[in-house]
Amino acid sequence: MSNVVQLPRWIDVGLLPILNLVLALAVSGLVVLAIGENPIEVVEVLLYGAFGYDEAWGYTLYYTTNFVFTGLAFAVAFQCGLFNIGAEGQAYIGGLGVALSALYLDFLPFPVMLIVSAIAAAAFGAGWAYIPAYLQARRGSHIVITTIMFNFIASSVMVYLLVNVLRPEGSMSPESARIAEHLTLPNIVSLASWFGIEAANSPLNLSFVYAIIASVLVWLLIWHTRWGYSIRTAGANSVAATYAGIEPGRHIIMAMMISGALASFVALNEVMGAQQRLLIDFTAGYGFVGIAVALMGRNHPFGIFLASLLFGMLYQGGAELGFEIPTISNDMVVVIQGLVILFTGAMGNMLRPGVGGIYQKLYVAWINRRNSRESA
Amino acid sequence: MEIFQIGVLLLDATLRTSTPLILAALAGIFSERSGTINLALEGMMLGGAFSAATIAFYTGNPWIGLLAAIATTIGLSLIHGFACITQRGNQVVSGMAINILMSGLTALVGIALFAQGGKTPALDKASRFQPITLPGAEAVRDVPILGPIYFELLSGHNVLVYIAFFAVPAAWWVMYRTRFGLRLRAVGENPGAVDTAGISVVLMRYRAVVCSGVLVGMSGAYLSTAQGASFLQDMTAGKGYIALAAMVFGKWRPFPALFACLLFGFLDAAATRLQGVILPGIGEVPVQLVQALPYVLTVILLAGFIGRATPPKALGRAYVKER
Repeated sequence: MSNVVQLPRWIDVGLLPILNLVLALAVSGLVVLAIGENPIEVVEVLLYGAFGYDEAWGYTLYYTTNFVFTGLAFAVAFQCGLFNIGAEGQAYIGGLGVALSALYLDFLPFPVMLIVSAIAAAAFGAGWAYIPAYLQARRGSHIVITTIMFNFIASSVMVYLLVNVLRPEGSMSPESARIAEHLTLPNIVSLASWFGIEAANSPLNLSFVYAIIASVLVWLLIWHTRWGYSIRTAGANSVAATYAGIEPGRHIIMAMMISGALASFVALNEVMGAQQRLLIDFTAGYGFVGIAVALMGRNHPFGIFLASLLFGMLYQGGAELGFEIPTISNDMVVVIQGLVILFTGAMGNMLRPGVGGIYQKLYVAWINRRNSRESA
Repeated sequence: MEIFQIGVLLLDATLRTSTPLILAALAGIFSERSGTINLALEGMMLGGAFSAATIAFYTGNPWIGLLAAIATTIGLSLIHGFACITQRGNQVVSGMAINILMSGLTALVGIALFAQGGKTPALDKASRFQPITLPGAEAVRDVPILGPIYFELLSGHNVLVYIAFFAVPAAWWVMYRTRFGLRLRAVGENPGAVDTAGISVVLMRYRAVVCSGVLVGMSGAYLSTAQGASFLQDMTAGKGYIALAAMVFGKWRPFPALFACLLFGFLDAAATRLQGVILPGIGEVPVQLVQALPYVLTVILLAGFIGRATPPKALGRAYVKER
């Protein structure tokens, strides 16, 4: 390995991820072929579903919002060397915070509620992430296992609460009461009307703006503050961090709590925006998509935003698939998601020797040519 | 006497709910003792269940279905092995990828093949594993105490249940009494030493993940062709993760893992029976909280509050020969 020249940055953060993505999509295409459908037709349907009509854009960006939050959640923990598989549970519990504040503090005026509900979500999500973080930092239990367990515990707790506590009297379905209309996040139609623009109806709402703000804040926090530097140091080498006076345990807990808070903002989009009440399983696997999104985006907010957009497109376009091609359901999107994680995450370095070798050959040839030209 | 009857039936149900957990937990033990994290149990189980149900439906033979399930899970194990052992990729990520991939792929292929919303067609009696009546079970049925225990509890299960319980001592024997097992445990603790002894670490780890694939394949086939009569979308419903928890709870050892599986299986069986039951003094039993107990117990154990669960030393670390 040591004889390979240092690859330039554009290959490392640009070309390789794109090649891996192409590989994942190519295998997805093979799956489509194996089922006996035309991959090109599937791509057409996906693109039409994601962008082809007025409402589609809104839906695509609405999904994107969720993925930005869960992607950032995974990335912040990852910068500290932690695998937070628990975004799903943290978002779910965050939903409890949002629902409780919106249902029981409904006397608050909307601008205050905007802040209160975000704080409630963050507090619940971060609190749920705190326990696995504490156990990792102070008791040495493995964060991957504990966060997986906490997803299931969260799910049980929420079903219990929704069935026995939050369900309004006389209602059969296990969901909370509706949030008062004036407290829900304004959707794209009302947001656009403030500027005198007419927008097609979709669940896209104010939380998309939150997602952009959160991306910028995470970028500032991780790469432009002392705190972020400490988190990255603790993640890169905990022994070195200790020598540098950075206590890894404290940073593990901090990074996980920020991660949990970010994941919980999914609840703002879902509970306060799109559904306007707390539903069972409203997280619908968004937490796991966050893993794919963060890996594809190389754990950088900008990359995460692009990857979220891609997955938002896949999710919205995938809904169209089920209607247009009866033999292919929107489970295709889950397959693509799995393949993207496999090829960009687990086998991310598979193409590196090949690409590196080609680059090295071209580089050597280029140097030789320049040298021979200079000597001539 | 009635309480005795209920107890026997509950334990009988426990054997059935813990069988897939036992097979999957043993699968996890083989993989993880050799140093490869296996979070993919859930996805592999799902893949195995789907293959078994599909092939058993086409051939009408559950044994061919079982072979198909094992072939599928060995294939998935090799993908996981390629990512973790050869590519030295991240083992957690690879496992999650397989789980997500299989969750989508089984549903996708199921809909494409059968157009029943992700289900496979119901299997008839001949293409499922049928209960086996142990010799003499009918005869001793009416003997008090021992009769019901033999007839209800021990007899009348399908062959995979017996295989699962037989697999535990077998796995123990392989792991602790054979050269293969010694080497397998050694690559999970100190791969450098194994390499120095002239044994290929990579090959050892591949063998271990293949063993893991065989076991988890049986667990998948059990769900769709023995316990159930068809594949249902996401039918594992977290069983792969419970098996993982049982493996950790059993400290990566076959017999303690068996007891963890029985405990978790018992909680599952009890939760089903406690649905809507009102206990004196407690009120309605919060079933969801009983179902969460395996996870809570595992977290408490991992935190070191009850004993200490120490994972294999080289777990999660790919072996690099040259530095």
